Amino acid sequence: MLTINQYVRPQSLDEAYELCQKKNTVVLGGMLWLKMQSRLVGTAIDLCDLGLDTIEETADSFRIGAMATLRMLETHAGLNQMTQNALADSVRSIVGVQFRNCATVGGSLFGRFGFSDVLTLFLALDADVELHHGGVLPLREFAEMPVLRDILVRVIVRKRNIHVAYQSQRNTKTDFPVLTCAVSEIDGVYRCVIGARPMRAVVFEDESGLLSGGVNEDNARAFADDIAVRVSVGSNLRAGADYRRRLTKTLVRRALLTLGKENEPCKSN
Amino acid sequence: MNEHQFKTVGQPVRKKDAMRLLLGKPAFVDDVTPRDCLVVKVLRSPHAHALIEEISTEIALKVPGIEAIFTYRDVPDKRFTMAGQTYPEPSPYDRLILDRRVRFVGDAVAVVAGESEKAVDRALKLIKVKYEVLEPVLDMHTAKDNAVLVHPEDNWRSLCPVGADNKRNLCASDSSGDGDVDAVFAQCDEIVEHTYHTRANQQAMMETFRTFTEIDAFGRLHVVSSTQIVFHARRILAHALDIPKSKIHVEKPRIGGGFGAKQSVVAEVYPALVTWKTGKPAKMLYTRQETQIAGSPRHEMEVSVRVGAMRDGTIRAIDVYTLSNTGAFGEHGPTTVGLSGHKSIPLYNNNLEAYRFAYDVVYTNVQAAGAYRGYGATQGIFAVESAVNELAARLNIDPVALREKNMVREGQAMPAYYGETAYACALDRCMARAKEMFHWDERAKPREMSNGRVRAAGVAMAMQGSGISCVDVGSATIKINDDGFYSLIIGAADMGTGCDTILAQMAAECLDCSVDDVIVFGADSDASPYDSGSYASSTTYVTGKAVEKACTELKEKLCTVAAGMMDCAVDETVFEGREIRRADGSASVSLADVATKTMCGNPTAAMATASHTSPISPPPFMVGMAEIELDRETGSVELIDYVAVVDCGTPINPNLARVQTEGGLVQGIGMALYENVTYDEKGRIAEDTFMQYKLPTRLDMGTLRVEFESSYEQSGPFGAKSIGEIVINTPSPALAHAIYNATGVWHRELPITAEHILMSMPEEN
Amino acid sequence: MQIKLTLNGKPVSEEIAADLLLLDFVRAHGCASVKRGCETANCGLCTVLMDGKPVLSCSMLAARAAGHEITTLEGMGAEAEELAAFIADQGAEQCGFCNPGFMMNTIALLRENPTPSDDEIRAYLAGNLCRCSGYEGQLRGVRAFVAWRAQKGRCAE
Repeated sequence: MLTINQYVRPQSLDEAYELCQKKNTVVLGGMLWLKMQSRLVGTAIDLCDLGLDTIEETADSFRIGAMATLRMLETHAGLNQMTQNALADSVRSIVGVQFRNCATVGGSLFGRFGFSDVLTLFLALDADVELHHGGVLPLREFAEMPVLRDILVRVIVRKRNIHVAYQSQRNTKTDFPVLTCAVSEIDGVYRCVIGARPMRAVVFEDESGLLSGGVNEDNARAFADDIAVRVSVGSNLRAGADYRRRLTKTLVRRALLTLGKENEPCKSN
Repeated sequence: MNEHQFKTVGQPVRKKDAMRLLLGKPAFVDDVTPRDCLVVKVLRSPHAHALIEEISTEIALKVPGIEAIFTYRDVPDKRFTMAGQTYPEPSPYDRLILDRRVRFVGDAVAVVAGESEKAVDRALKLIKVKYEVLEPVLDMHTAKDNAVLVHPEDNWRSLCPVGADNKRNLCASDSSGDGDVDAVFAQCDEIVEHTYHTRANQQAMMETFRTFTEIDAFGRLHVVSSTQIVFHARRILAHALDIPKSKIHVEKPRIGGGFGAKQSVVAEVYPALVTWKTGKPAKMLYTRQETQIAGSPRHEMEVSVRVGAMRDGTIRAIDVYTLSNTGAFGEHGPTTVGLSGHKSIPLYNNNLEAYRFAYDVVYTNVQAAGAYRGYGATQGIFAVESAVNELAARLNIDPVALREKNMVREGQAMPAYYGETAYACALDRCMARAKEMFHWDERAKPREMSNGRVRAAGVAMAMQGSGISCVDVGSATIKINDDGFYSLIIGAADMGTGCDTILAQMAAECLDCSVDDVIVFGADSDASPYDSGSYASSTTYVTGKAVEKACTELKEKLCTVAAGMMDCAVDETVFEGREIRRADGSASVSLADVATKTMCGNPTAAMATASHTSPISPPPFMVGMAEIELDRETGSVELIDYVAVVDCGTPINPNLARVQTEGGLVQGIGMALYENVTYDEKGRIAEDTFMQYKLPTRLDMGTLRVEFESSYEQSGPFGAKSIGEIVINTPSPALAHAIYNATGVWHRELPITAEHILMSMPEEN
Repeated sequence: MQIKLTLNGKPVSEEIAADLLLLDFVRAHGCASVKRGCETANCGLCTVLMDGKPVLSCSMLAARAAGHEITTLEGMGAEAEELAAFIADQGAEQCGFCNPGFMMNTIALLRENPTPSDDEIRAYLAGNLCRCSGYEGQLRGVRAFVAWRAQKGRCAE
């Protein structure tokens, strides 16, 4: 059972940052994961008064506040237009609408959970995160860092010519994923992200240039097979490593082919 | 399909409690009992098998707000069973409320009661237990005659001759048969022989186990519990606490689902112990995790089947051996297993010359099993139906045609079904209708779709029983009130099934009145007439007949009163619902006036109570056909269409019969594809929450199409049989069949996950 | 700590523990419709509306709800009764324990999308588990309610 001694709503990011330097404090996200833990929290810090529950569109980027919910990602017209609905695809299988109205972007990314659909997709979008103390840094870097005593303020997705596709495999439609896969092509650079391995999502690029001439059936298969060889996968309750390896081939190939299809009409625009 | 015309029976009337339930009005245990009472929780064993060497509660007792902590030293040393069955129970007396020996991960070690959940949680952490950890028996294959005994104690008792022997880890063992099986097999052209494995699936009713207890004004223990079995619960609690049964009163409010889970006493003993010892009101609400690890799930079974047939598809012999895992305690162990053979083999009665059915039920150090919808038939039917589908594939005969050739027909005696006769059986019509609805002939062959996907179909049949013959007792009291409305008082338990409404429909049919004129009360061990409880598909069939009888008796009494009013003989009166008149038309009295008369200067009790028991248990029958789309590159199975045609006799309320069917199908789909139960090397269950134990959501079940092909069961009320359980039985074999048709691989172990499917196929390059 | 919020249209002010969950808070305030079906945010039984959006009250601190409008089925009035009648006409309520969460989320769906397709209904309600009904009857009921409302709207025109 979760026990919380004190609940605080800081009125500034500085105050929140100061508070979270103390031991035994937790910054609250959607509380979906935290609530299940049996632990004693001294102070729970709720960022809900800081106006971070918004998605702002600027001239060059989308700035997604840490307290924006997964449901907001799912229904945001601009973000989904830019991502060919891959953002909605990445979150729509997460439990249910009520859950996604609670779960926050900040909570999903700060925990850097192995099962995270959201981390998988934002890695493929080459997103940045803004930490209150640590400043702006690539999500990819943040994902590798140890747990910090800092406040994740927002996620920033720069507006670029993004082509992205999302695939996941689940045992039931709303279960945790057995494997997640996001593939993107941004300004000519291909990224392939595999998550729920069941370890934290990892990013691959097309170092050997297999896809440089554009995606087709053959190179999609070759690329997918190559990723399946390189990716480190493991076993958990949901599936074994061998199955995940075979799935990798399918999901990467399918995501690439979706990307290829999305790409064609875009070019003619 | 039948000549019988009814007014209220057969109508899709709304459930009497529907609107209150839909609007969330207080109805369930935790809604209708005081908030201000002791919170009761149980300290649970981390070991699958251990002896408590020392247990110290001193520090825990000092937590502010803690009222009491009980250990094995504080409870009676008389063993009992928690199984809700008619006395003497076939289930062995192998339990204490708290025992020095703990037998599974999650077994009760201590009971803590306190003023708040927080205080109780703190105290639970402060109880110091020193265990002597013992080697557990975790593999059901090696349980029988294992050197390690789950129940070595001398006061273990088996009350019935079920072949139990605690010194061999045997909860039950038996064999039966008819004809010379070996000789017939020797003459068969084809013999299919395989072993099928099903898991300890969870009922997963949305309301977990929960009970409130208090001492009433008479000094008796008043128990308000979410239970299917108020009378059995009274007896079981009396045994557990070693107090007179007269000291206990059990009632149930609305029940948030049961599916058999609440046919065992699970949560009741703990608050009952606390209240009996402290005199204070107490409540226990099982968490979902406790419900998953210390509940009463389906018996894990391994069913070995041999089917012998001729080249033309004539099935001549079936041999079934079932190994059933009852876990740490024997609730429903000796009885569930019987259905794995007796409710699967008779499906192929038509040409069957011989059968053999044998079983062992073993104790192991995992969660004890109990009763779950289908009750062993589900496991056996998965096995036998799969074996028949394998036979069809091997003989290259259409599996529907194979069934048409061999299925049991109306009027046949069924040696494998306790020698009973299928007096009412529309299985043949169910198959014909299902075939037509599903377009079986067009869809039986797999069809390639785009992107690595294939569509394929599967079929299965099922049967169940309607009550336990010569055992179950259903009773009903019906009385008239002011204005002429009726009270129907029952001991059966509506757990969402709608029996309160269905039984009222029957009463309304008998009494020629509206369903709204019948109020229903139950179930209450003090006030209701005795009823075994709602299980074994008994309530419509057994209790329904009691309602019919009671109404007939009441009508006679009302006519007696009316005859007095009209100054004529009883046999000159005619009961016509809202009035009773003289047959010659010379006088009449309204029912309201008769009711008023019964309350003034009247010596005739204006109520009647009747009981019913049945020497037979007429099986309902059904056919299920499934179409799936299987992704050959991920192994995923998408359900496209499920057709079910059911013969439940007369559907008393077609809406409720339909929803029972749909609900059972989806539970069956969960069992087939998603719901797993696995143990680690220490015996701990991995799927201990809804995060890990995956129920089908509404995105996981495709489209269901349900129809009824009714036979008319003469012994049932208005021709009814049962429907509650049978409906869970077809999805597992039908889906395994469809998956075979899509992949060429038979899966004989459930659940059949996408991983199992993909890894069973060679990787294409 | 002291919180103030609006529960079913009425202001509530109360001293609470920091870790009190909204589910337990509303039940203590007489909202028995709100149920706990699991501890892992999987079942949807505890669905309430916060500022009109469906959320899981089992995973929300009462403290976080401070300053917000919370609505449970007790506060839904005629909107709920009309829908409920259509579910009742299917017999799809069955045991009733999951009904309040299902009702709340269906109402939220229909406010967002008054004429949902079957697939949209299934997708929006995916987080509401039901073990009794097999979901089909609920779908028939919602579908019939949507059709009835559309018909009623046309008649009003």
